[in-house]
Amino acid sequence: MTPELGQIALILALLLAFAQSILPIVGAWKNNSAMMAVARPAAFGQGFFVVMAFVLLVWAFLHFDFSVQYVADNSNLALPWYYRITAVWGAHEGSMLLWIFILNVWTLALALFSRQLPEVFVARVLGVLGIISVGFLAFILFTSDPFGRLLPMPPDGGDLNPVLQDPGMTFHPPVIYMGYVGFSVAFAFSIAALLGGELEQAWVRWARPWTNIAWAFLTCGIVAGSWWAYAELGWGGWWFWDPVENASFMPWLVGTALIHAQAVTEKRGSLRAWTILLSIFAFSLSLLGTFLVRSGVLTSVHSFASDPRRGLFILCFLIFVVGGSLLLYALRAPKVAGGKPFAVVSRESAILVGNLMFTVAAAMVLLGTLFPLIGDALNLGKISVGPPYFGLLFPLLMLPIVLLLPFGPYLRWGKGDPQILKGVMLRALLAAVACAIVAAFFVDGKLKAIAGVGAAVWVTVGVLLYVTKRWREMPRGRRYPAEMAGMLFAHFGVAIFLIGVLLSESLSATSDVRMAPGETQHIGGYDFRFDGVRETQGPNWRADQGTVTVTRGGKPVAVMHPQKRTYTREQIQTESAIDAGVFRDLYVALGEPMDKQHIDGAWALRLYHKPFIRWLWLGGLFMMLGGFVSACDRRFRVRRLANADAPEPVGAVVLSETRA
Amino acid sequence: MTRLLPFIGFLLLAGLLGFGIWWNTGHDQTAIPSPLINKSAPDFKLPLLYEPTQTISRESMMGKPYLLNVFASWCIECGVEHPVLQAEAPTLGVALVGYNYKDAPDDAKAWLAAHGNPYSVLMTDTSGQTAIDFGVYAAPESFLVDAHGVIRYKHIGPITMDVLNNELKPAIAALQQEPR
Repeated sequence: MTPELGQIALILALLLAFAQSILPIVGAWKNNSAMMAVARPAAFGQGFFVVMAFVLLVWAFLHFDFSVQYVADNSNLALPWYYRITAVWGAHEGSMLLWIFILNVWTLALALFSRQLPEVFVARVLGVLGIISVGFLAFILFTSDPFGRLLPMPPDGGDLNPVLQDPGMTFHPPVIYMGYVGFSVAFAFSIAALLGGELEQAWVRWARPWTNIAWAFLTCGIVAGSWWAYAELGWGGWWFWDPVENASFMPWLVGTALIHAQAVTEKRGSLRAWTILLSIFAFSLSLLGTFLVRSGVLTSVHSFASDPRRGLFILCFLIFVVGGSLLLYALRAPKVAGGKPFAVVSRESAILVGNLMFTVAAAMVLLGTLFPLIGDALNLGKISVGPPYFGLLFPLLMLPIVLLLPFGPYLRWGKGDPQILKGVMLRALLAAVACAIVAAFFVDGKLKAIAGVGAAVWVTVGVLLYVTKRWREMPRGRRYPAEMAGMLFAHFGVAIFLIGVLLSESLSATSDVRMAPGETQHIGGYDFRFDGVRETQGPNWRADQGTVTVTRGGKPVAVMHPQKRTYTREQIQTESAIDAGVFRDLYVALGEPMDKQHIDGAWALRLYHKPFIRWLWLGGLFMMLGGFVSACDRRFRVRRLANADAPEPVGAVVLSETRA
Repeated sequence: MTRLLPFIGFLLLAGLLGFGIWWNTGHDQTAIPSPLINKSAPDFKLPLLYEPTQTISRESMMGKPYLLNVFASWCIECGVEHPVLQAEAPTLGVALVGYNYKDAPDDAKAWLAAHGNPYSVLMTDTSGQTAIDFGVYAAPESFLVDAHGVIRYKHIGPITMDVLNNELKPAIAALQQEPR
């Protein structure tokens, strides 16, 4: 009975989503407050039913309701309860339910925290979110029903993909969805601004904290995904330029451009049309990612089972939403454009250069991702591009950003002073060169590692000099407002990230070896002794578990247990063993036994020594922190706007006062 | 006009994606055209399974077309195609050559004893080196080689009745129509 309730809940949610999208937008157009007032209650109602459907699916998993096809496909009696919860988003149907669930979390948050905004504007924003909701609810109900029954009910189910049976999986999908579904809010703000022909740029200030939070979640999600791929897939890599990874990375690139462009538009009024366009792009790329992952148009290591019907549905929706908003942009953007002029040397210019680089990088990634499709379309045969293409172009495009990034803040809005820049850049350059020369002795003259140290020092010194400058020049309490602190955190994160990427890429040592018990391999200054393989047992798997004892100069460092697991349904999954450290990771993955009959004999093993690899995720976490901290800035709290030192009066102040 | 550019760009993209959906309904994404089609089969020289002292090679097989079938006792999908081969081998019109891939000879013999042996010639390659030359990435795979030692058709995955009737037999018929 409960699965049917779930389905009914989704149908009711769809009806309410219709009400939430049509009535408020028409109401805003006709200036009818009764119709506009529908927006919030409809959003709350829709949220209630979507949460109910979600909880019912979790319930079905927890209670082994194998009469539900989706539950039977993705769980079994032996699966522990926490993986039965994560199994909810372990395959296509449930992950779509998670998508719509998170869209509703954002919508509810917006409905709750927008009481100070003008009613017309909120009606339009919630209306746009309603349209997106309609599309996805209809998609779930017509093509991907998670509550479909399976009769007769099997005694036991299949299994959750073993790759997904990992703590990282509990975390990665919801967070990454929080990110790219979160861009729907910035998108809705932009569309509302276009619809209303907003002459004020006040809406950008309201949109900024939402965009920053979404961006921070997306950053966190990508970091988690990368870490999970590193720990779980057993390939020892952390980024593969796979279509699905690219699908999350393109919105991130455009989103990064967007949060910077929003700052310009909010403070100076310039780049308004560009900000709107970026908001549309960021969300469109999220939708495109959903399309690519689920339509089967591109193959990837972690795409979902494909179905052309689903692809067609999302494509039609994509054309409606993205095509519609870009057409709206073409028609209305001239109305909202404007702003103050700025000089060649100014903070606006610096941000604009960064913006262009990020956008071009996103376009480059998009092109690379779609290349196999373009090859088919132009009849060029099977082509795909991989790490050589991305690995060459991406660093080239990011180079100007790394060089510019620490010094943007020194430039004033409108017109900056090149003289100040010369002084700090010279100091950063000297420090970078000095550290790079010292580093050269430690890294055997490996160019990539030296460049990594140099670039990281360049960024760090630039950021630190700015921190001291603020400390000296500003009175206590006004030195580091949250918005600026967030920016400094994120920029510093780039420095840590650079160390992580360039040092781990150039200094890592790998060895694929055959090892008999008792044999020792020497890698990166460590001795790995293989102590044989024994069988072991988990809740729903059995495994061949190796023991590798690592010593350095005779001193014990770690005892590692890589596994090769066989899950309930005979699916095999390698579980690598990682000894993590601040300055290096040791990583051991179990390959194949030399003789299948004698697992206590020699095995093929893959051993890694990866210096500084943690730093790249740490850098990502700093960027995430920056996003969250910035979003907390007092200036973004609409209620208090009247007290804040706003550079210019905006509509919100007046409106929130009249409402109060 | 410039404001319309993003929209126009998007329409191109949407067209491409639409094409992608249409293309995928008609094409199997996993089908990778073998670069070996219409090229000479790679050189090989392998011992026979039942008489390891004797070998056969690409040269010794010249003169008559044959179907080279890559199989192994450990390969589950091979068990799927085996009954089809067992039933249809006599009607193929070409010799069915078995290529036992990365298998222990005793395992292979036991497997054939249990399931039947449809092969007229049976060679074995425990190292799998020849399979690499042939570009085999998973058993079962089948190669139709003509009288001049040229690969004319390749099938990845089990040969089902459907594949046999709609692809393999027409390919063999085409071979036999050609002037010698």
